[in-house]
Amino acid sequence: MSTTTIAKGITSGLRAAMERDPKVVLLGEDIGKLGGVFRVTEGLQKDFGEDRVIDTPLAEAGIMGTAIGMALRGYRPVVEIQFDGFVYPAFDHIVSQVAKLHSRSLGYVKMPIVIRIPFGGGIGAVEHHSESNETYFAHTAGLRVVACSNPHDAHWMIQQAIESDDPVVFYEPKRRYWDKGEVGEEPDGPLGTARVLRSGTDVTLLAYGPMVKTCLQAAQAAEEEGRSLEVIDLRSLSPIDGEAILASVRKTGRAVVVHEASTFLGIGSEISAMVTEEAFHSLEAPVLRVGGYNVPYPPSRLEEEFLPDLDRVLDAVDRSLAY
Amino acid sequence: MSDNEVAPLETAFGVDHHVSVAEAPERPAHEGGPEMVQLLSPEGERVPNAELDAIVDDLSDEALRGFYRDLVLVRRFDAEATALQRQGELGLWASLLGQEAAQVGSGRAMRRQDYAFPTYREHGVAWCRGVDPVNLLGMFRGVNHGGWDPNEKNFHLYTIIIGAQTLHATGYAMGVQRDGDVGTGDERRDTAVIAYFGDGATSQGDVSEALVFAGVNNSPVVFFCQNNQWAISEPNEKQTRAPLWHRARGFGFPGIRVDGNDVLAVYAVTKQALDAARSGQGPTFVEAFTYRMGAHTTSDDPTKYRVSAEVEVWKHRDPIERYKRWLTTTGKADVDFFEAVDAEADELGASVRERCLSMPDPAPAEMFRHVYAEEHPVTAREQEWFAEYHASFEEEGAR
Repeated sequence: MSTTTIAKGITSGLRAAMERDPKVVLLGEDIGKLGGVFRVTEGLQKDFGEDRVIDTPLAEAGIMGTAIGMALRGYRPVVEIQFDGFVYPAFDHIVSQVAKLHSRSLGYVKMPIVIRIPFGGGIGAVEHHSESNETYFAHTAGLRVVACSNPHDAHWMIQQAIESDDPVVFYEPKRRYWDKGEVGEEPDGPLGTARVLRSGTDVTLLAYGPMVKTCLQAAQAAEEEGRSLEVIDLRSLSPIDGEAILASVRKTGRAVVVHEASTFLGIGSEISAMVTEEAFHSLEAPVLRVGGYNVPYPPSRLEEEFLPDLDRVLDAVDRSLAY
Repeated sequence: MSDNEVAPLETAFGVDHHVSVAEAPERPAHEGGPEMVQLLSPEGERVPNAELDAIVDDLSDEALRGFYRDLVLVRRFDAEATALQRQGELGLWASLLGQEAAQVGSGRAMRRQDYAFPTYREHGVAWCRGVDPVNLLGMFRGVNHGGWDPNEKNFHLYTIIIGAQTLHATGYAMGVQRDGDVGTGDERRDTAVIAYFGDGATSQGDVSEALVFAGVNNSPVVFFCQNNQWAISEPNEKQTRAPLWHRARGFGFPGIRVDGNDVLAVYAVTKQALDAARSGQGPTFVEAFTYRMGAHTTSDDPTKYRVSAEVEVWKHRDPIERYKRWLTTTGKADVDFFEAVDAEADELGASVRERCLSMPDPAPAEMFRHVYAEEHPVTAREQEWFAEYHASFEEEGAR
């Protein structure tokens, strides 16, 4: 057991994976000498060399396309996309090639590629640096999509993602990079599973990435008002751990899904549909969604108005309970 | 074995053919080389050039002093913005320090009807286009994502996505062609487009695609690449093995490298390229060889990846110092002029500061405006909810 940050948890996870498997290579912009703009790969080029920690030319499509080639040659590339909003030049390779090659080759070809994306807002950044674009990838069959929310999962989930023979889009909550926490001796269940972080009986809060902390704080505040909220960290967005969600909702009868991404066609929409289909008779209220609005991520001076916060989560909890 | 099966290799080679990426071509010195066009040496001496001298000779002393004023004011504005960021008034700033001549020289080569497509660092070009410098601060302060009408000064919004604007510039130029505004000989009508981008951007597929489109369409666009040697932490040789200006040849049009710290050379080379574009001779790739004296942005720490000795070399190539020397030795400007420009720079700095500080935050509901040109029910409903939600707090407060 050791204490570290989310960023350094990923670093140590990458290091462990690289020590274990010489085929693990990192590709990205500024990830070598600089250690990445968030310093997640700090020290890795020094220790593993330029052959394994590759400062690529400034070209996301190029990074992704060559990662595919390296995977075909037997490597396990871990790609860093510098910011969420910079992934789109690589989008074509991800959805048209990475996601489909296993299926097209009837399973002969595997694409064990991890695509690391720092995501979400709250850091006062300029345009394209605060987006939550997970739904685009979760909507694409053939990709697994996960998000870590704490140092323990950061450390272990990145290793699980690298070990997966499927391509994994690995979302990192950038505004929580420096949050500290304990890293335990082993992962909490396999990749693809959710985790109950706080037990409760009145309402289930479902979140992932940066919003997990917000929901835990909301549950704490609600407890002071005598309300018992269960908080589930989804951890995986494709697949979504239906079993964990349904077990909780069958207990509480109420669910609120929270994410920074726009609610319109977001992960919350899928969960709402799934819960309605699978646990309709257990529901005491409709599944509610708290998320970004159907607008481009706003200028940073307005981001606090855009991002779900404690008040908006509790407002939804109130509406759910009042139903 | 089927007929087309590849036979196994029977003779093994005795040598190890593994080539490490660490053995990539050696870092070239920061020298532009003999083919780099230079009209003013770093010492401020005029270098004769048979082809371009006439362009410089055409400039009045007033215009030449104007370049100096531009260089100084732009640097002062940039320094003020950096200071504003340090004091928390801007979230971020991308400094142009060191690149003033590349931007002023090219910006002043444009005509009114020409159109510029910038990155996020073209503060000097914006200045030359007549854009209010305070407008440039909005996105860095976080009050908007651009916030000016690109068509007012023919200066497009800053583009953060690396290289994307080179395609937009090319498409704009294709529109110019279809409007017949090329090669008419009417100097108020013939129009050229200039796309700004950096050395890092040349790696992006978009930039190569722009070169392809402009080449095959013979479009009136100048690709103006400011090679400032660094893409955040990655030096030039991580982006290219060949000099950047060599690329143009492969796309079927001329390329030229110019000393990006020499305002006269940049002006002359860019003017020539823009004139060629306007007259229907198609695109040109201009590589302005310069240096990013500061950090990539205020979020960056260059001490982590580059040595100060390199910065020192480039300090001696400062674009303003050499130009000032030349203006002085040729008697085109005197001490009074330089002092007046300095005073004007201080005034500009003060007024930019004052206007930045008084820049209001947008009203929260502004984020719902302009998302669509026509009303969209989802956004409209959310805006309504947003208003009610906030009103509920006010009611609570009133109670």
